[in-house]
Amino acid sequence: MAKRSVSILTRLLTNPSSPFTAPTRSITYMPRPGDGAPRTVTLIPGDGIGPLVTGAVEQVFEAMHAPVHFERYEVRGHMRRVPEEVMESVKRNKVCLKGGLATPVGGGVSSLNMQLRKELDIFASLVNCINVPGLVTRHENVDIVVIRENTEGEYAGLEHEVVPGVVESLKVITKFCSERIARYAFEYAYLNNRKKVTAVHKANIMKLADGLFLESCREVAKAYPGITYNEIIVDNCCMQLVAKPEQFDVMVTPNLYGNLIANTAAGIAGGTGVMPGGNVGAEHAIFEQGASAGNVGNDKIVEQKKANPVALLLSSAMMLKHLQFPTFADRLEVAVKQVIREGKWRTKDLGGDCTTQEVVDAVIAALD
Amino acid sequence: MAAFLARRLLGTSTSSSATLISASRAFFSSTTPIKATLFPGDGIGPEIAESVKQVFTAADVAIEWDEHYVSTEVDPRTNSFLTWESLQSVLDNKVGLKGPMATPIGKGHRSLNLTLRKELNLYANVRPCYSLPGYKTRYDDVDLITIRENTEGEYSGLEHQVVKGVVESIKIITRKASMRVAEYAFLYAKTHGRTKVSAIHKANIMQKTDGLFLQCCDEVAEKYPEIEYEKVVIDNCCMMLVKNPALFDVLVMPNLYGDIISDLCAGLVGGLGLTPSCNIGEDGIALAEAVHGSAPDIAGKNLANPTALLLSGVMMLRHLKLNKQAEQIHSAIINTIAEGKYRTADLGGTSTTTEFTKAICDHL
Repeated sequence: MAKRSVSILTRLLTNPSSPFTAPTRSITYMPRPGDGAPRTVTLIPGDGIGPLVTGAVEQVFEAMHAPVHFERYEVRGHMRRVPEEVMESVKRNKVCLKGGLATPVGGGVSSLNMQLRKELDIFASLVNCINVPGLVTRHENVDIVVIRENTEGEYAGLEHEVVPGVVESLKVITKFCSERIARYAFEYAYLNNRKKVTAVHKANIMKLADGLFLESCREVAKAYPGITYNEIIVDNCCMQLVAKPEQFDVMVTPNLYGNLIANTAAGIAGGTGVMPGGNVGAEHAIFEQGASAGNVGNDKIVEQKKANPVALLLSSAMMLKHLQFPTFADRLEVAVKQVIREGKWRTKDLGGDCTTQEVVDAVIAALD
Repeated sequence: MAAFLARRLLGTSTSSSATLISASRAFFSSTTPIKATLFPGDGIGPEIAESVKQVFTAADVAIEWDEHYVSTEVDPRTNSFLTWESLQSVLDNKVGLKGPMATPIGKGHRSLNLTLRKELNLYANVRPCYSLPGYKTRYDDVDLITIRENTEGEYSGLEHQVVKGVVESIKIITRKASMRVAEYAFLYAKTHGRTKVSAIHKANIMQKTDGLFLQCCDEVAEKYPEIEYEKVVIDNCCMMLVKNPALFDVLVMPNLYGDIISDLCAGLVGGLGLTPSCNIGEDGIALAEAVHGSAPDIAGKNLANPTALLLSGVMMLRHLKLNKQAEQIHSAIINTIAEGKYRTADLGGTSTTTEFTKAICDHL
């Protein structure tokens, strides 16, 4: 049972074959009886462009007759806490798809995104930054997966005013979380046939905190001799990313650096409107637009309904793989990539001028 | 303090002493050279410092260099390898130029950069990043300045182990330091004719700390209504920088974000070998420095690229209001690189340091 699940997992987690050929699978996927029963997924449309793009996903799933049933809940960024019923739903369904939740600046409201992640212990955030064929960018050969620790680090939310005019914020790094994320990163690399894991840090300045993170990564690296491991300081890393991104493969980072690196890598590969990603923990998973920049959009995009649904569509394909519906995932990915490659229906951030609905219609038309 | 800076940098005679200073400078510039401290540094430092001296002499810049080297023993008065005399010289001369210094590994002494920063109270690091015409990178239209708070934030060095396996690192933001750097940023924007200042933050997550920083920037922005002011969350900023760097003009940030963003911007224009920077301290101290490493592998071989140190020297001249000569040297450097005949190895050419320097002198 273990061997079979490993091989299923391997195929679930690897990307499908090139969209230039008709989608053929070399190994037949043999489901267990009952695998085709529809799964319920919590859907949180969110703020700003969130409802637009989650609406796009719902439309495409319906067109595909995907065995996914959405339980929709309204959550807004300015709420103090995520409502109890939403948390219950996510805990029950184990999988959630969400749009962006705006965290108001300086509003005294702690981030709902962080609350979801901490309570459900969703400790790994993954963004796959990869050049999409057909989308011309300044950088080629980008294929980076940024795995970011999601629960602690600089986002611990522990701040206080010492005296008026002096504020402290605590960055907490624990061995437990660092080891967990390092182990996830190496396991991901192993299961997805990735060759190199790079740890990003600033241990020359924050010797104890990032030093602890590095120590954990080094220990875990010893258990995976087939995977190359190296370390890079975060400012040098950003410089290398804009100069030579092809040298990076899988990157494992603490919370804040991960945020910056993920957005930078997503930007060089085509923009955050296109990169899929997800957050995963031991028991739950939340899928949303990969990198966080622009996931709520601005008023103009919301008004004109020109948000880019590609990132959320590709993330929902990742979700379908996670739910063990690989053929639906493949069909969706092939359709989306074909639409991008053809280049006729593109939203503003990709150089076109279409509305979300037009892109969705194009994807539905491209589904086979 | 802000008023003093204003008078110094703007040169507008709002008081008679300011007129006297600028008048005496103009009067004496041809006779009394300005004293500036020079730290050649290690590795390729001495060669590129030599290059700077040659170019400045060829351009008739009236500067007298006060050279200081890093000693081989720890000076107990400063608890580092920099001597007390070196620091005093910068405090007296008020301007300096620093080459790359390799901090020796070991315990019981402070790092060289930390010593300089703390003793001279260098609170802002200014790094202009602009695409060099003639040196093609993937980005052609970069023209921005990053101003980074240099004293506090995440780099306060206050860490401790709470229990085994749990470490805390403290990030400190104070009103005083944030106001200081915000004031400098807007002043810089005004004096250099920049139209927009963007404050970079993560105040949606770090509400009190970055919130305080933003508050200070807001307050200063109100005093400069002619300069456009915006606040950008750092993840948006990173993405916008790599997609379209022309969107930004002046960026002001706390310490950690500044470190990362300024290196990112340096990467956009060609790397640290071409990027100048200048550290501003209290009482109008300016220490221009080349931020690249000391490259021990090419030290002494006449292969080093002096561009970063030369451009930093130009920044220093602008700070001293010697704008004509600064512009002359700047154009000479740009033209030499644009011509493409004399380029050092890191830019893809085959010239030596001396050949490159001579080409710049010829272009003057």
